[in-house]
Amino acid sequence: MQATIEVNGLRKRFGQTLALDGMSFTVLPGQVTGFVGPNGAGKSTTMRVILGLDAADEGHALIGGRPYTSLRNPLTHVGALLDAGALQPSRTARNHLLWLAHSQGLDGRRVDGVLEQVGMQSAGRRKAGGFSLGMRQRLGIAAALLGDPPVLMLDEPVNGLDPEGIVWMRGFLRALAGEGRAVLVSSHLMSELEDTADHLVVVGKGRVIADTSVADLITTASRGQVTLRTAARSEAMSVLGHTGATMAVTDPDTIVVSGLPSERIVAVLNANGVPFSEVATHRVTLEQAYMDLTGDAVEYRGAAR
Amino acid sequence: MSAISQRSAHRSEPQAGREGFGRLLRAEWIKFRTVRGWVVAMTAAALVTVLLGLMSASSNHGSCSSGPVEVACPPPLVGPGGEAVDDKFYFVHRPLAGDGSITARLTSMTGQIRKPDVTPGQRNVVPGVVPWAKAGVMIKESTKQGSAYAAMMMTGEHGVRMQHNFTHDVAGRPGGVSRQSPRWLRLTRAGDTLTGYESADGTNWTQIGTATLAGLPQTVQIGMFATSPGDLTVTQGDLGGSIAASRFTEATGEFDQVTLQGNASGAWRDDDIGVSIAPDGSEHHPGRASQSDGAFSVTGVGDIAPTIEGPTAERPLSSALTGLILVIVVAVMFITTEYRHGLIRLTLLAGPRRGRMLTAKALALGLVTFAAALPATAITFTIGGRILRDNGNAVLPVSLLTQVRIVVGMAALFALAAVLALALGTLLRRSVAAVITAIAVIVVPHVLATTSVLPDSAARWLLRVTPAAGFATQQSIPEYAHVLGHYAPIAGFYPLPPLAGLAVLAGYTALALGLAVFQLRRRDA
Repeated sequence: MQATIEVNGLRKRFGQTLALDGMSFTVLPGQVTGFVGPNGAGKSTTMRVILGLDAADEGHALIGGRPYTSLRNPLTHVGALLDAGALQPSRTARNHLLWLAHSQGLDGRRVDGVLEQVGMQSAGRRKAGGFSLGMRQRLGIAAALLGDPPVLMLDEPVNGLDPEGIVWMRGFLRALAGEGRAVLVSSHLMSELEDTADHLVVVGKGRVIADTSVADLITTASRGQVTLRTAARSEAMSVLGHTGATMAVTDPDTIVVSGLPSERIVAVLNANGVPFSEVATHRVTLEQAYMDLTGDAVEYRGAAR
Repeated sequence: MSAISQRSAHRSEPQAGREGFGRLLRAEWIKFRTVRGWVVAMTAAALVTVLLGLMSASSNHGSCSSGPVEVACPPPLVGPGGEAVDDKFYFVHRPLAGDGSITARLTSMTGQIRKPDVTPGQRNVVPGVVPWAKAGVMIKESTKQGSAYAAMMMTGEHGVRMQHNFTHDVAGRPGGVSRQSPRWLRLTRAGDTLTGYESADGTNWTQIGTATLAGLPQTVQIGMFATSPGDLTVTQGDLGGSIAASRFTEATGEFDQVTLQGNASGAWRDDDIGVSIAPDGSEHHPGRASQSDGAFSVTGVGDIAPTIEGPTAERPLSSALTGLILVIVVAVMFITTEYRHGLIRLTLLAGPRRGRMLTAKALALGLVTFAAALPATAITFTIGGRILRDNGNAVLPVSLLTQVRIVVGMAALFALAAVLALALGTLLRRSVAAVITAIAVIVVPHVLATTSVLPDSAARWLLRVTPAAGFATQQSIPEYAHVLGHYAPIAGFYPLPPLAGLAVLAGYTALALGLAVFQLRRRDA
């Protein structure tokens, strides 16, 4: 089986809310793909659709070319961590993994193996209800690894982890990708993925905003970014908006313009008689690039069309 | 494409499916056994059923009076089929050696019925015969109560019948009897086979039925008999329920033109078979007979029929209701905790084919429940029954097959109720709502129907249309068409046969599980 996830044109509506609006991307093996976007962007819904838990109104999601529900012993194809709290509190960690293992034709030896892999061998006989969030995340990872799957999908795996846990998780995810697995990790914070992901799928409002490598994203975002300082902000935005540029307001008198070189900006402003005090190009951090993609800029771009 | 490869491809598919189902089943079993609370509660359900059942049996004492003293009740009289029987009638008989027959013309059937007293203390006896008063000809193994027999008879309201060995009844021509339209009755013996005939004129005979009485001795008793069961009155209780009362009756048959064939050369003898003895040692409501010019008048009190009243074998199993409530709680929690903790998503990741997953869960729960309930019902039934008998209760005996049906059927009821509760838990996703619903549809109808709350008709209706119909599986004494009785749930009689009742419960369970699968498939998890 190919270790890939293909998401193609997913559309899903929850009542009045359009949760997925043509979500499409592909996750390739051998790298960590960050699945990033603000809360409510459709990350978890996309993952649930991929895993056959939610049904999409349109489009399809395939794992190694097949829908999840057609997989035999699915946990040997995909490992997923959706909600670390999904535990019967009175069941021990080992027994939690044991029923899961037997459902896939695996046995107790494999359970002990994954407990060791996530460093929980000593906690196996303890009731899962007493675990800290960090322990639950580890147990969730253990469950995802149970079937030794070529594809892994983790929804906010570092959420609530202490710094030590975050470092452990990063190393762990990198190691799993290094073994040739396709690893999809979602987060609503780019900073969490900064040192982990090779590739990014940035989503907002149910669709993909950017599907790019981390390096390309920074380069692209930086190249296009120009800081414009002007007292006549609204006029400047109005005239620049007609050119199709993307804008973000960072201060009352400061606009960050992307998608338009600085000389064109100066020309447009001059041609329309808009005063300005400073135009400067600059390089952005990944976090900023992400904010530009998912923050107010999304709204402005939408409004400019 | 060779045929062989096609066939092997076909075969591998279902095997893979079975394997997958087996894995899900195993996973659900592990889920169950690894939550200590559920194991404890399921064990407690079994123990509560046993303990409450044995306690109720222990507190149930029976005694009978023998003259002025109280003694333990004798074991009930049983017929050739092993069931408890009444065998009380007046018999005018002769010995018959080998094959032969009796023919008699019945010219009248009359009787008396004691009605409720109008003036207190003053007997209110009116002429009349009760529907199943009997008078006719009989061949019986011996005069011993409970021995094998076959008889051709006229009844109070059910025309001519041929009956044998208490539980068998075949209808002849309906109608009554009078001097103007007498009824001729004939019974012949050929080896073990007895054949009954009737005729309106003594010339043209119609065969009504045959009975094979295996092991009938060479010499049997042949003659005329009369008997009359108590007059049954059922009154509705003030708060629902009903009260049944039975009052003295007697029936008299007038016979003439009596002819015997075969070696029946002895003299006529009169026997009041099974007559009651009053505390002072005298016969209570004795029968009588007289004879003049070849005409006989026979008057009898009693009945020749299976017993339908008395302590029943299933009595200790009333405790099952309490155990069942515990089982329902565990069964509901088995799925609702998955919803509460979001675990259902992990379950569906492991088994994405939802119908199959829920079926595996239901089967695992059903098997666990059955395994816990079977020893509980078996112990409660057998030990409880023994305690009842040791306490002097004349428990109505039932066949081994019936005992097995009751014990296994009640365990099946537990299992089906558990699966029904699981399905309700899946549909409602809330523990409290599902537990209340399950108890409301399984336990409450049975409680309402078997306590003095509802009229008999409403009680019967409840036990016909609700899942509580399954409790019919514990009924040990069947309803007999030829015995007038108070066949109401309050007296332990269910409106549906045992397996039909269980089938109603199974139908509800299948329906609820089907709806649960449908909704589980339709809903996002």
